[in-house]
Amino acid sequence: MNSNSLEEVERRGPQALWPRRSPHSREEGARGALIAAASTVGVLGLMLWVVLASEAWPKVQRQFFSWFHFKESFPKVASGFWLDVKMFMVAEVLILGIALGIAMIRALRGPAFLPLRIIAVTYIDLIRGLPILLLILLMGFGIPSLQLPGVTNSPLFWGVTALVLSYSAYTAEVYRAGIESVHESQRMAARSIGLTQGQALRHVIVPQAIRNVIPALLNGFVSLQKDVALVFVLGVREGLREADIYNARTFNYTSYIAAAVLFLLVSVPVARFTDWYTDRDRRRKQAMSS
Amino acid sequence: MMAKLSIRNVVKAFDGKVVLRDVDLDVSTHEVVCLIGSSGSGKSTLLKCINLLVPIDSGEIVLDGVDIAAPGINPNQVRQSMGIVFQAFNLFPHMKVIDNITLGPRKVHGIPRDEAEERARGLLERFDLLDKADAYPGLLSGGEQQRVAIVRALAAEPELMLFDEVTSALDPELVAEVLNVIRGLKTAGMTMVIATHEMGFARDVADNVCFLDDGVILEQAAPKDLFGNPQQPRTQQFLQRIVDAGRL
Repeated sequence: MNSNSLEEVERRGPQALWPRRSPHSREEGARGALIAAASTVGVLGLMLWVVLASEAWPKVQRQFFSWFHFKESFPKVASGFWLDVKMFMVAEVLILGIALGIAMIRALRGPAFLPLRIIAVTYIDLIRGLPILLLILLMGFGIPSLQLPGVTNSPLFWGVTALVLSYSAYTAEVYRAGIESVHESQRMAARSIGLTQGQALRHVIVPQAIRNVIPALLNGFVSLQKDVALVFVLGVREGLREADIYNARTFNYTSYIAAAVLFLLVSVPVARFTDWYTDRDRRRKQAMSS
Repeated sequence: MMAKLSIRNVVKAFDGKVVLRDVDLDVSTHEVVCLIGSSGSGKSTLLKCINLLVPIDSGEIVLDGVDIAAPGINPNQVRQSMGIVFQAFNLFPHMKVIDNITLGPRKVHGIPRDEAEERARGLLERFDLLDKADAYPGLLSGGEQQRVAIVRALAAEPELMLFDEVTSALDPELVAEVLNVIRGLKTAGMTMVIATHEMGFARDVADNVCFLDDGVILEQAAPKDLFGNPQQPRTQQFLQRIVDAGRL
């Protein structure tokens, strides 16, 4: 060790014995950002150029990205999309409630609850085993065909019902994972103060379980927000249906792009929020355990 | 005098592994019984069996003259007359201290919130925890959490308290505050069964010390006899190891 570094040890303490990890971290950070920005612009620019310079581009633009057709189709598509949003909101509330009920039934222990558990498991297995589109067709066309007195024939109603049934099965499994993630000792502590199984679930297990699965539930939100468009097969005039109608009339696909933009406007922020929330939750847990 | 708690021929196995072979134990009112023995000897399981958190395979657990292990007994009702405190505190992390304590009285006994909170604050004050009433358990020290857990068990006004190695998860400097709470309960006349690795504590708080080994109570005696003059070779061996470790 030369005299220089000895001086440095005196000045900086024992840390001087190790190489500085980032002597100019601020400048390096700025340089990093610059490189990131330049490479992003470069790569995206290249991709854009490849697309725009291709021979097929004018045709693609006319068929998919026509400003005229966008403006023409947008009001109808947007009003249809509003129905998608409403379907999503109604369905999601129902799903969150029904799925929790199913998950709690599955979590009950003891022989007395066996019939309930069997019903819950059968429901989950059957529904998860079916393509969601099949369920929508079966209920949306099937039930009205029975012409039952006092039962609505609304395809909108049956379409949303099919979505709720399907998503409740998946969401029940999400809740179940959450319930199982709460340590057994919590259940024991709850029972030890005299709470019944149901009370222990409701006041102790489920509140903790839900916290653990919020990111997974939000993922379900994103998924459902798109899947509501599936009821278009029943003729429900939601966003995708309106785009389809426009396309059938004009043979131009820009209306689909208009619908796509609307779906993305809703689902991308939810996806970003999910990531942000998951990240924050992880940081909080780390802070708590340190 | 009739025993408060009388355990007869209790047998418990988990998946074929026998944890309690044939346990007999009597605890009279105001008596403090300490269960000692190495990990896996069945202390913890015995306490959970008494509280019906773990169902026994055979035998009797007679509390105030009633066999609570018999079929047809409502475990929720039984648990209201006894409290249990666990090694890992097991507080409910999503609830404030005060809500941890009032949950049982409110939901099980149907006591209105105001009244339950008033009682809880009284208990917290008695155990020097009143300033923690509105804190979440995660922000308390281990010793504070364990004292809150004791208060939570006491909130149901039990006649019997069970302690399952309640200081094993604590930093050494936090052990005393918890043990002092238990000493205070003894002074107040609480009937207690305490599984512990704190031999010094067992020696001065217990009326009766039971040495568990491989699922049976191998030896039981007053603390001065059991620690001063153990009869069984296994007991002698166990205590010698504790002495060698400098823990007695």
